[in-house]
Amino acid sequence: MQRNTYRAGPDERGHFGLHGGRFVAETLMPLILDVERAYAAARVDPTFERDLRYYLTHYVGRPSPLYYAARLTEALGGAKIYLKREELNHTGAHKINNCMGQILLARRMGKRRIIAETGAGQHGVATATVCALFNLPCTIYMGEVDIERQKPNVFRMRLLGAEVKPVTSGSRTLKDAMNEALRDWVTNVESTYYLIGTVAGPHPYPMMVRDFQAVIGQEVRDQLQDAEGRLPDSLVACIGGGSNAMGLFYPFLDDPSVAMVGVEAAGLGLSTSQHAASLAGGAPGVLHGNRTYLLQDGDGQILEGHSISAGLDYPGVGPEHAWLHDVGRVRYESATDDEALEAFKLCARTEGILPALEPAHALAHVIKAAPALPKDHLMVMGLSGRGDKDIFTVASALGVEM
Amino acid sequence: MSAQPQSGRIGRRFAALAAEGRAALVTFTTAGDPDAATSLALLRGLPGAGADLIEIGMPFTDPMADGPAIQAASLRALAKGASLSSTLELVRAFRADDQDTPIILMGYYNPIYRFGVDRFLAEAAAVGVDGLIVVDLPPEEDDELCLPALAAGISFIRLATPTTDQARLPAVMRHASGFVYYVSIAGVTGTAAASDQAITAAVDQLRRHTDLPIAVGFGITTPERAAAVARVADAAVVGSAIVSRLAAALDDQGQARSGLVEDVLALVNQLAVGVRTARQ
Repeated sequence: MQRNTYRAGPDERGHFGLHGGRFVAETLMPLILDVERAYAAARVDPTFERDLRYYLTHYVGRPSPLYYAARLTEALGGAKIYLKREELNHTGAHKINNCMGQILLARRMGKRRIIAETGAGQHGVATATVCALFNLPCTIYMGEVDIERQKPNVFRMRLLGAEVKPVTSGSRTLKDAMNEALRDWVTNVESTYYLIGTVAGPHPYPMMVRDFQAVIGQEVRDQLQDAEGRLPDSLVACIGGGSNAMGLFYPFLDDPSVAMVGVEAAGLGLSTSQHAASLAGGAPGVLHGNRTYLLQDGDGQILEGHSISAGLDYPGVGPEHAWLHDVGRVRYESATDDEALEAFKLCARTEGILPALEPAHALAHVIKAAPALPKDHLMVMGLSGRGDKDIFTVASALGVEM
Repeated sequence: MSAQPQSGRIGRRFAALAAEGRAALVTFTTAGDPDAATSLALLRGLPGAGADLIEIGMPFTDPMADGPAIQAASLRALAKGASLSSTLELVRAFRADDQDTPIILMGYYNPIYRFGVDRFLAEAAAVGVDGLIVVDLPPEEDDELCLPALAAGISFIRLATPTTDQARLPAVMRHASGFVYYVSIAGVTGTAAASDQAITAAVDQLRRHTDLPIAVGFGITTPERAAAVARVADAAVVGSAIVSRLAAALDDQGQARSGLVEDVLALVNQLAVGVRTARQ
């Protein structure tokens, strides 16, 4: 990688420094190479760009607003806080940006069936949505534990025509759903396209998903220029796999004045075993096609992540984040379940927005950081999804019966 | 084409079987399944029951390429405290009585990476491991373990699959050693089976690209299927069927019932008879 840019990665073998790569079974390898070739052709094809732009504008509803959160800013008494409103996209989260890109790619490749994994269900809903739109059969793998805590999204996926397959192996959450999706892919390799929902997996997925999500940061750049006539001073986003953060950060990586903070889920606290902060509490390892920081024991066995947010409790993180952590370009912090809940409540009451529990973690960091910053500090937070799906979880955490 | 003579236990074993005019039976069991003592007793019985080469699974929490039977075996072993260190200890204990049967460790890369590649290869060589099959290391990642293993004198067994096309085969075979493992279906272990015709065609194609012995696995569950494979390939690999037989001999708490080892070895013996009589 060139020294004067943070945006040149990955290398031709899919490495971001130590991380990334293509750690998959031989059965999948020819298909991974097909995806790589197809994506390389698509990204320089004006008709692909035109089609993607069309659907993002007229179906997803882009650009999403960059909203000055006046009451939140006032309540915290420091930095000027902007929210990038990805929760206003069709399906209620940033996930659809990537799904739209990949479904157009799958169609170019002539694939007849789509599979995906989902944790919180947002990626599953977005995948089921684009599959309905393009009339492709779709199977979503979801851990039994996640199915229980994300019932509204399970029903949404079924309404959209998707088959939701409960995953009963391992810890029955997102990592096991990804294992099961990989097992399906290896079995139906010729017909099936695996629509990965985050910036992880074998190369080219981390790069491709980042590129499709980079529309978030590109819009912020233009919108803040219009609103304030300059670059932001800091960006804040939550990290599970890290796709919304990567999408927000990527267009700014080479602007040294822009500080970036990724917020991992600290669950019950980093000093307990009940968290999902793989950068703070993990070590480099290989899982699901890439090398990255993983929650694992001394024998290399993968540990279960915990977070109140089903979208953040993955025991790994995208390889580009792992590299940005290693080189120090992005600072990674964390927020606990309780801090996320407090942020959820504050956002609801000051801005009239129920954020998803995932970006509530980002907001928890904003609540900690903003008061100490000057009033002319421009802080942009990725509001990656809406909180309707989480009301049962929040009610239960607050001791409310519904 | 017959196998070229090779050094090491794997080469000697295949050369001896070629001289006998028969294929090998390769068995798979998971290290530490259902517990360390039973696992060792089983391993010690395998050569006598007719296993010519032994694959030992290195337990991993997230075995992406395995079906339910071998997933469950991994989790049973881990629940009893199995680790990569205990797997190496198991091989050391087996080697105390058996200097000839080739041992191949099979699994996923993360436990090895975490252990440290150099340290792992040194200890594996010291305890008498002959080969490695690491499912999530395709040729594109040869620098990680394949090349260091070859340098340490341990074979790195290549996997070829129904999706490995002619254009890709030379790359797959470039650093092949020991034998070549043909994964006869696109899928996970212990599910579907390939037709004789498909296996024959695939083995013929592989022989045009390598002089190494060719083993065929995935979906071989009976002595008849093992015999059919043994007629065209140099080895038949049976995993899930053996692991399932073991699982059937566990009580409700997952503990080994008495007679488990004999039960599993009886199946191995039937498979061995199938393989040994295949070409008669």
